[in-house]
Amino acid sequence: MHRILSKEHLAPDVVRFWVDAPHIARKRKPGQFVIVRATEEGERIPLTIADVDKKRGAISLVIQGVGKSTKVLNSLDEGDAIMDVAGPLGKPTELHPGRRVCCIGGGIGTAVVYPIACGFKALQGQVVAIIGGRTHDFVILEKELRATVDRVIVTTDDGSYGTKGLVTDALKSLIAEGHVFDEVVAVGPLPMMKAVVDVTRPLGIPTTVSLNPLMVDGTGMCGGCRVSVDGEQKFVCVDGPEFNGHLVDFDELAARLRAYREQELESLRLYNERMACQAVST
Amino acid sequence: MAKKIIQKTKLPMPLQDAHARASNFEEVSLGYPVDLAVLEAQRCIQCKNNPCIAGCPVEIDIPTFLQQVGNRDFEGAFKTLMDNNVLPAVCGRVCPQEDQCEAKCTLGVKNEPVAIGRVERFVADYAALVKFTDDTPSAPSTGHRVAVVGSGPAGLTVAADLTKMGHGVTVFEALHKPGGVLVYGIPEFRLPKSIVEREIDGLKRLGVDIKTNHVIGQTFTVDELFTELGFEAVFIATGAGLPTFPKIAGINLIGVYSANEYLTRSNLMKAYQFPKYDTPTIRGKHVAVIGGGNTAMDAVRTALRLGADNAYLVYRRTRQEMPARAEEIDHAEEEGVKIIMLAAPTAILADQRSRVRAMRCIRMELGAPDASGRRSPVPLKGSEFDLDVDTVVFAIGQGANPLIRNTTPDLPVNKWGNIVADNDTGATMKAGVFAGGDIVTGGATVISAMGAGRRAARAIDIYLRNPSVDGFSPTDV
Repeated sequence: MHRILSKEHLAPDVVRFWVDAPHIARKRKPGQFVIVRATEEGERIPLTIADVDKKRGAISLVIQGVGKSTKVLNSLDEGDAIMDVAGPLGKPTELHPGRRVCCIGGGIGTAVVYPIACGFKALQGQVVAIIGGRTHDFVILEKELRATVDRVIVTTDDGSYGTKGLVTDALKSLIAEGHVFDEVVAVGPLPMMKAVVDVTRPLGIPTTVSLNPLMVDGTGMCGGCRVSVDGEQKFVCVDGPEFNGHLVDFDELAARLRAYREQELESLRLYNERMACQAVST
Repeated sequence: MAKKIIQKTKLPMPLQDAHARASNFEEVSLGYPVDLAVLEAQRCIQCKNNPCIAGCPVEIDIPTFLQQVGNRDFEGAFKTLMDNNVLPAVCGRVCPQEDQCEAKCTLGVKNEPVAIGRVERFVADYAALVKFTDDTPSAPSTGHRVAVVGSGPAGLTVAADLTKMGHGVTVFEALHKPGGVLVYGIPEFRLPKSIVEREIDGLKRLGVDIKTNHVIGQTFTVDELFTELGFEAVFIATGAGLPTFPKIAGINLIGVYSANEYLTRSNLMKAYQFPKYDTPTIRGKHVAVIGGGNTAMDAVRTALRLGADNAYLVYRRTRQEMPARAEEIDHAEEEGVKIIMLAAPTAILADQRSRVRAMRCIRMELGAPDASGRRSPVPLKGSEFDLDVDTVVFAIGQGANPLIRNTTPDLPVNKWGNIVADNDTGATMKAGVFAGGDIVTGGATVISAMGAGRRAARAIDIYLRNPSVDGFSPTDV
């Protein structure tokens, strides 16, 4: 059992937990994730470790309540416990010193890109962060990034905050202004990552993406998280989660993410019904 | 006194009706009632040479426990079993006795051998029912500490043996439940999870400490088990944990599974009880499982129970070459599994939503024997046919999981990635590190992994007392 030390709301349906997990905190490196199971009946789901506090022996998880499993997690409060947390899993980000890096986060993906940006900064990198959200409310971790990286550009789809437009628009502007990047790191919804690699590919800018497929064990045993990278089969849990974005088959991954769409909706519907009943009865 | 008349055949074990069981996850075999178990045990002629013991990888004193059952001394029989086998209810169910103890049975020369496995199962279940406990005291504490990586059959055996010898043992399990393949792989209908839990609870009472959610290679490396956590020896029994897929088109379509994923979803995560349990699985109406081993049988019988109208087992050789236990193949057929022999997939075809629509296969014929001694399948040109399926499960073997190998560079592995370890001791080429089970041998059986654990425990005990003896003899490489 892993006790929740604190809980904050970062955006609508987005929660940041600090979770007691000393073994994981001591070992975790940027880019790695944990597998979490909230309850005895729960699924095992992968979540990136957004931050670490080695002194307290805690890790932070930023969770967007989308389906039942994430909503159950987000319903937990400070003092509650998460039943199972296993990790750190996956390979750490390949960090090189002194890099000029553009770290791009879309929505909840900002929570994945944040520790990577910190990692590059810790190695004397020059880091520009572009973070995007649908509206101002969905922009997360801006303050944390501003405290860490050299420059932060915020974009919103509706222009309610920062620059109106997509993260790729901001990236294109930076490049047009003459910014040179040794590497781009992009994490967010699949269409966003695909759009970023479409910008960087013709320019030959190495681009890393962090993938979040369906997983079960997270240790290489089941192969459910397999993706095609340059035509080769890779298991995201042990070979990733980060890959050369120019070589990832995003369409195949998008299809695989829809494998249980009907069951997920059914599960969520039953959960919402139960929550509604509880709300009425209390 | 007249010579005792011996029943020529094994007393049959009651089974759940084939039609009924094909749509539930309850156990197929119902086990002997007391009187049948006693009668079957009395079939043992107590021959002089005890060849059955030599046939058992963990060397159970089989004639003694059969005699005790024959005399209705069930508690004595249970203790005899527990002296050598910490998982009797598991082994009584999943061991291939027909290739091991029963294959050596003297009675089997002219008649059917004693149904040793069925009697073993009876004793273990009876012991649980009436709450016999194995109260043989462990040796006094030696103060030595051993880490065991993996809580499957090999890990649990080594942990129990070392604990009984007085050593402190901690088992690290990557998943949230201990048991390894016994909980994620073998289905409920063949090995109820409550039985695995019961046997593991017994080990905990013995003093074995089990830590779940610890992924060795990630949470702690093998070296950190020594340097940070202060263990003096490490036994690696992580199992065969990397599924293999053939290199054919369509392998990443929705509805294509490794047997590991298909079975883990159903067994460990209880997807067959979705939506009570959150993990979903695809309840295919027309399912093809590729392979001929026990895992393939488990997968195809799971498909039936998940509601398949057609559950096909596609195997490239013939029934004679199937590695699965004959009993499992029989049970599968009784339940309605359709076996397609001498065929192999060449492509998986998609519908517009990237879901499986059909599997293209090619017919095979058997050619000359290959390295394994089995006749190797040869594709017949122009014999392709399409099988209409919506789910495909590959049960064609396992690679070696990379997590430990990647973080333990000085631990030699063979060309398949399996850890190089001495067969008699489990010693690896890294000091203080021992290994056994599928991570050494590649996919094998529960009992052979337990046998490896038993042998390694003896070697680890010697090593702890005198670390200069590491037990590795390079001639075995």
